[in-house]
Amino acid sequence: MAELFQHIINGISVGAIYALIALGYTMVYGVLKLINFAHGDVFMVGAMVGWYVARWTGESQSPSIGGALLIALAAMLVCGTLGFVIERLAYRPLRNSPRLNSLITAIGVSFFLEYGGQYLFGPNPRLFSVLPRQAGLHVGPVSLGYVDVVTLVVSVALMIALQRIVYHTKIGTAMRAVSFNSNVAALMGVNIDLVISFTFVLGSVLAAVAGILYASKYPTVQPLMGLMPGLKAFVAAVLGGIGNVPGAMLGGLVLGLAEQIVSGYVSSTWRDAVAFGILILVLLVRPTGLLGRGEAEKV
Amino acid sequence: MRRILPTLLAVAALAACKKQDQGSGMMSPNATGPIVIGEVGSMTGTEATFGLSSANGIQLAIDEFNAKGGVKGRQLQVKVLDDQGRPEEAATAATRLIASEHVVALLGEVASTRSMFMAPKAQQAKVPMVTPSSTNPAVTEKGDYIFRACFIDPFQGYVGATFAHDNLKVKKVAVLKDVRNDYSVGLAKNFIDAFTKTGGQIVAQESYSNGDVDFKAQLTNMKAAAPQALYVPGYYTDVGLIARQAREVGISAPLIGGDGWDSEKLYEIGGEAIVGSYFSNHYSPDDPSPRIQEFVGKYKKAFGGQTPDSLAAQAYDAAGMLVDAMKRANDLTGPSIRDALAATKAYPGVTGNITLDQNRNPLKPAVVLKVGKGGKYEFVTKVYPEGMQPESGSGGDTAAGGTKTGGNTAPAASPGSTPATGTAPAVGATSSASEASNTGQKQGVPSAEHPKK
Repeated sequence: MAELFQHIINGISVGAIYALIALGYTMVYGVLKLINFAHGDVFMVGAMVGWYVARWTGESQSPSIGGALLIALAAMLVCGTLGFVIERLAYRPLRNSPRLNSLITAIGVSFFLEYGGQYLFGPNPRLFSVLPRQAGLHVGPVSLGYVDVVTLVVSVALMIALQRIVYHTKIGTAMRAVSFNSNVAALMGVNIDLVISFTFVLGSVLAAVAGILYASKYPTVQPLMGLMPGLKAFVAAVLGGIGNVPGAMLGGLVLGLAEQIVSGYVSSTWRDAVAFGILILVLLVRPTGLLGRGEAEKV
Repeated sequence: MRRILPTLLAVAALAACKKQDQGSGMMSPNATGPIVIGEVGSMTGTEATFGLSSANGIQLAIDEFNAKGGVKGRQLQVKVLDDQGRPEEAATAATRLIASEHVVALLGEVASTRSMFMAPKAQQAKVPMVTPSSTNPAVTEKGDYIFRACFIDPFQGYVGATFAHDNLKVKKVAVLKDVRNDYSVGLAKNFIDAFTKTGGQIVAQESYSNGDVDFKAQLTNMKAAAPQALYVPGYYTDVGLIARQAREVGISAPLIGGDGWDSEKLYEIGGEAIVGSYFSNHYSPDDPSPRIQEFVGKYKKAFGGQTPDSLAAQAYDAAGMLVDAMKRANDLTGPSIRDALAATKAYPGVTGNITLDQNRNPLKPAVVLKVGKGGKYEFVTKVYPEGMQPESGSGGDTAAGGTKTGGNTAPAASPGSTPATGTAPAVGATSSASEASNTGQKQGVPSAEHPKK
């Protein structure tokens, strides 16, 4: 029984990170109907920036909470800018072209970041130590790592903050309006470009935090590290209902739990198969996802 | 008939042309320029230190041979291709080296999986290939042009099992293997066979795939079985992460592994979590044998003070063994070099005397190292295969004689739970590795005496 609890806790901790990345996918999809495949690589850039800042400030030698915050802020700043630039240069010129063009461009941006990263940072994994290493919590036979606790707290806080932004601020209302019908929103005086840029920046900032948390949990960084988590988060977003913010959180958690239970009780070899099996299943049975609402085709 | 004749002539002419082409292709090894040896290695990627260390070792050996006048009056040149740690790339690199660089022989890969991708290409082209460090038995089974300079997994698994049983005195061990890696799978199997034979019990078996970063689920299951040690025959990046997560889920038992751990990155990634764990390896730079110390000195001088890991030492030996064979070969064609390589007898390598058996595998001792504080590897003990006496001067150093074999003067300082520091193998043994392996003992079924006090 203790193992089951441990698997659940591990699953929630992985799932929280998937959820943070999935939020970026889902927001961009909600607003632009574009699957931003470069999102996983923005996540990688966040972790890489964290590594460099940590080395520059000497934080990797003597990690502290304040330093970790500084590193997270720097990574958020860089990734936010990167998200803005990607949207401005790669997606905006194609906004009125067929959707397939944008999708292929997204894959191109993803490759650009991955292999540009290999060129720039080198392909070797490096040790990432940002959060102070402390003993985790032990509740009976179940143990909860320090990084896991931080991950959970930060993820939940960010998700609440995001929920507030989307539902209780002016820009959030504008985002929802653009998501609902961008043409009408534009007629109502909403600045579409601004809203879309804001969405990209917000998603990228979340990816940066996820990158720092992920790299602290599995303390290595390398340029292709965004590939798998990016794909998994995409599955999570689809599972929850793409375009739906609470759906992304739920999808992330469900996926994280499913992975850990499968590798705990079946075999870790099946872990990725299950994750992508879930994607296929959702698309077949309930294409709108767990929380997604079906949209009547507009004529 | 009148029509057929010109056609026949044309075909004959074409055939002649083709033959000539082949001829010139075959001629290139006998030209006067430098002799080109191909090397395939993971110079980048998660096992980059494997490729880089090996390349250094090979370069050092080749430079020495060149300084001594090369082979058959010609200088040697190494052409290195990076496979980024990917098996398909290793096969492509081997093909490229054979087809466009006309290499006389191939060195590499470190990883067994990648060597197995290269081997068919070498075999097909009749280009001899020597892998410095691929320990999976299946590698040399790919064909009679494939050789290796290291011991094989059945022996390494046996070393791990013997060590766990005799030195650590553990009875319950859990195994965590990389299912996508032939090396890891083979080693795990051989460890399990040998360990159960000693009366030990495997309490849990779990697996992961190379590149995974989350092992908590497997480790949680293993913890429930309360193992006294974990056998983790993986590569250093994965092992470092596994060690960390094992401590996080509350497993405090030591980890045991194989030569795939050998990299300074192991401690960089594993940190304190890996300290106190053990792995079997090909050699220890702390071994006081003069032959090893001379090599360590030369290597440090050539590469800015870096201490050679065992991959560098193995690569140095593999290159040495190959060049030695090239010197003995009648000419520099594939078949001649192959025959000379197959006849290798008591080649005095840094990692031990190398004599190849009929399966082109050497019979050599292994060392067990402990990861100490600050990531320093401490020499713990040396394990010999069956029928093999500890040579004088670890590595069969004929000049030294006597009590040089590692262990007695090696860091006896390793504190705490190191049970076997200073296990000095029999003193002054004169029988060399060559004699031992000539008894027709098939390697891979070692039931050897463990040189204990």
